[in-house]
Amino acid sequence: MNPSTTLIYDGSFNGFLTAVFVAFDEKLNVADIQKNSECQNGLFSETETIFTHVEKAKRVWNGIRNKSHNAIANVYFAFLSETEGVELMLYTYIQKLMGTKSGKQLDYSDGIVLHISQLARKVGREKHRMEAFVRFQLTKDEIYFANIEPDFDVLPLISKHFRDRYADQQWLIYDVKRKYGIFYNLDHVEMVSLNLSDIHYNKTVKSDAFKTEEYDYQTLWNDYFKSTSIKSRINPKLHTQHVPKRYWKYLSEKKEAV
Amino acid sequence: MDFDRIREKLNILADAAKYDVSCASSGSDRTNKNQGLGNTSRMGICHSYTSDGRCISLLKILLTNHCIFDCAYCVTRKSNDVKRAAFKIQEVVDLTINFYRRNYIEGLFLSSGIFKSPDYTMERLVAVAKKLREEENFNGYIHLKSIPGASDELMYEAGLYADRLSVNIEVPTISGLKLLAPDKKHEDFTKPMLKVKNEIVRYKSERKIIRSTPKYAPAGQSTQMIVGASGETDKDIMYSATYYYRTYQMRRVYYSGYVPVADDARLPAIGSQVPMLRENRLYQTDWLLRFYGFAVNEILNNDHPNLDMDVDPKLSWALRNLHHFPVDVNSAEKQLLARIPGIGMQSVEKIIKARKFRRLNWDHLKKIGVALNRAKYFMVCDSRHWERRDLDAEKIKGMILQTSSGKFRNQYSTQLSLFN
Repeated sequence: MNPSTTLIYDGSFNGFLTAVFVAFDEKLNVADIQKNSECQNGLFSETETIFTHVEKAKRVWNGIRNKSHNAIANVYFAFLSETEGVELMLYTYIQKLMGTKSGKQLDYSDGIVLHISQLARKVGREKHRMEAFVRFQLTKDEIYFANIEPDFDVLPLISKHFRDRYADQQWLIYDVKRKYGIFYNLDHVEMVSLNLSDIHYNKTVKSDAFKTEEYDYQTLWNDYFKSTSIKSRINPKLHTQHVPKRYWKYLSEKKEAV
Repeated sequence: MDFDRIREKLNILADAAKYDVSCASSGSDRTNKNQGLGNTSRMGICHSYTSDGRCISLLKILLTNHCIFDCAYCVTRKSNDVKRAAFKIQEVVDLTINFYRRNYIEGLFLSSGIFKSPDYTMERLVAVAKKLREEENFNGYIHLKSIPGASDELMYEAGLYADRLSVNIEVPTISGLKLLAPDKKHEDFTKPMLKVKNEIVRYKSERKIIRSTPKYAPAGQSTQMIVGASGETDKDIMYSATYYYRTYQMRRVYYSGYVPVADDARLPAIGSQVPMLRENRLYQTDWLLRFYGFAVNEILNNDHPNLDMDVDPKLSWALRNLHHFPVDVNSAEKQLLARIPGIGMQSVEKIIKARKFRRLNWDHLKKIGVALNRAKYFMVCDSRHWERRDLDAEKIKGMILQTSSGKFRNQYSTQLSLFN
């Protein structure tokens, strides 16, 4: 029997795909695939460090996509869920996928296939929520700025949506939890990391980083939010079901509730 | 910008517009042109939710709440003593753009009270949409209200800028309309609808020949009916809804439980309860008609002019038609699966996919998400256990109600409660 191997990659998606490539290429018996920031040596396995190689990653990407467009989306979305041990599950998922003839008909009674598609579904929901719950604030240097704190690493997924929609304004969405952001400079989107002195969530104190008219519009939006609800139909349970409390501190219309 | 003035106007005019139920931003696929502002998302995005749990995806306001009509059910009617206000065109444009840039909304929903004449009002609405599209290069979602009685030329122009147009029919019966809105004629509502429908058909056929034909109201038309204001039956409501779906190719008909806003002998008194359960049952029926392949006369007819309040319309249909059941989920065709109470269209799709791999039993169906407490009386599957007793409809209904709970149950239950 082959000795089993633990693959260590750099934490990027391309790194992971390279690891998958290496595992297929060298016919490794994979014990685990781990990020280099949080790796743990196994007692009975060798470790191999993977160096990210874009060409190899691309071959894996295309290979999965040729099997099924649905599957490549599932793999990418589930990877971004950052769940512990998702890499090995994805590797098994890819193995199963490559074993099928068409890749279209996956048996959802299989535990791993079901779990990956459920993870992907969760990340997809968070992506959709972030497209809705980002609240831009206009800074003095004409940048629309927003803080977010999503459950999963969805910034790469929402970047296209915001680029297509706000093509004529500079904007910056910053993930407070993962300490990086995406910035659109009227031409393309780039990744940035900031040295934020404070996080701009709902506070009664006005920050001088923003224009004064910014707070006027926030007040108007607040007013609109209040006057559009019908008192005789009030339903707080349904409200928090749609707008979970963990997002409230970044939503300007919930300023008073927080 | 005179901030306080705008603030006051927004409060008045958003408050008056909130009784319009529709806030959909879906169904249109406008893309961002020439590095402009905005696009629309095919499935729509709800940016927030009101404290009554309805979606906020559009800036929903009236251009003005001045009105020359005196419709009894309406909060902005002529005889009502409320604060009146009106937006300037530029003010609406500024508000929309600035809200949109901050990602608060998907676009604008502009309605209006009727001042001077229907055409004069419609012209203003179109002017706002035109300014947004042509001067601000705005490609977000615009929903315009068609003003009853507006001319065909204006309706044509409105469709060129808007994604969706809607006329609220409000009162489902013509006799009710005469009673509650004596100034309005039924034809005033249907004329703009017909014009828009014909244009949509024309543009669609032209698009097949010339790809670059501009869009005309890509998200179609919708309408709204008030429920519980004029003593109409559920049959009246659903038959006229079916008529609008068929004749004017409506994308949606909305049902709005009447919220009492005025003291009027013709209407329910202020403070009476909003018929939310009835509204819910009507929407369930609407879905059965549009997605489940039911015909309206199967659910509502002269023998059953009203929907059951204690069970959903599909279950109530099934209890009246027990001779169709039990259905075998492993062999029945799609239409029949969709008629089993407790199985929704998503479950139907999953069942059809899953039964290619293996014969399904109760465990599979439970995992798929079928509501077995209702479904188990109406189906058989790959299991020796199924309902063998010869139960009559009343018995089944009683057993289902006993093993389930509903949030509206206390409204119709005959069970006395100890603590009230």
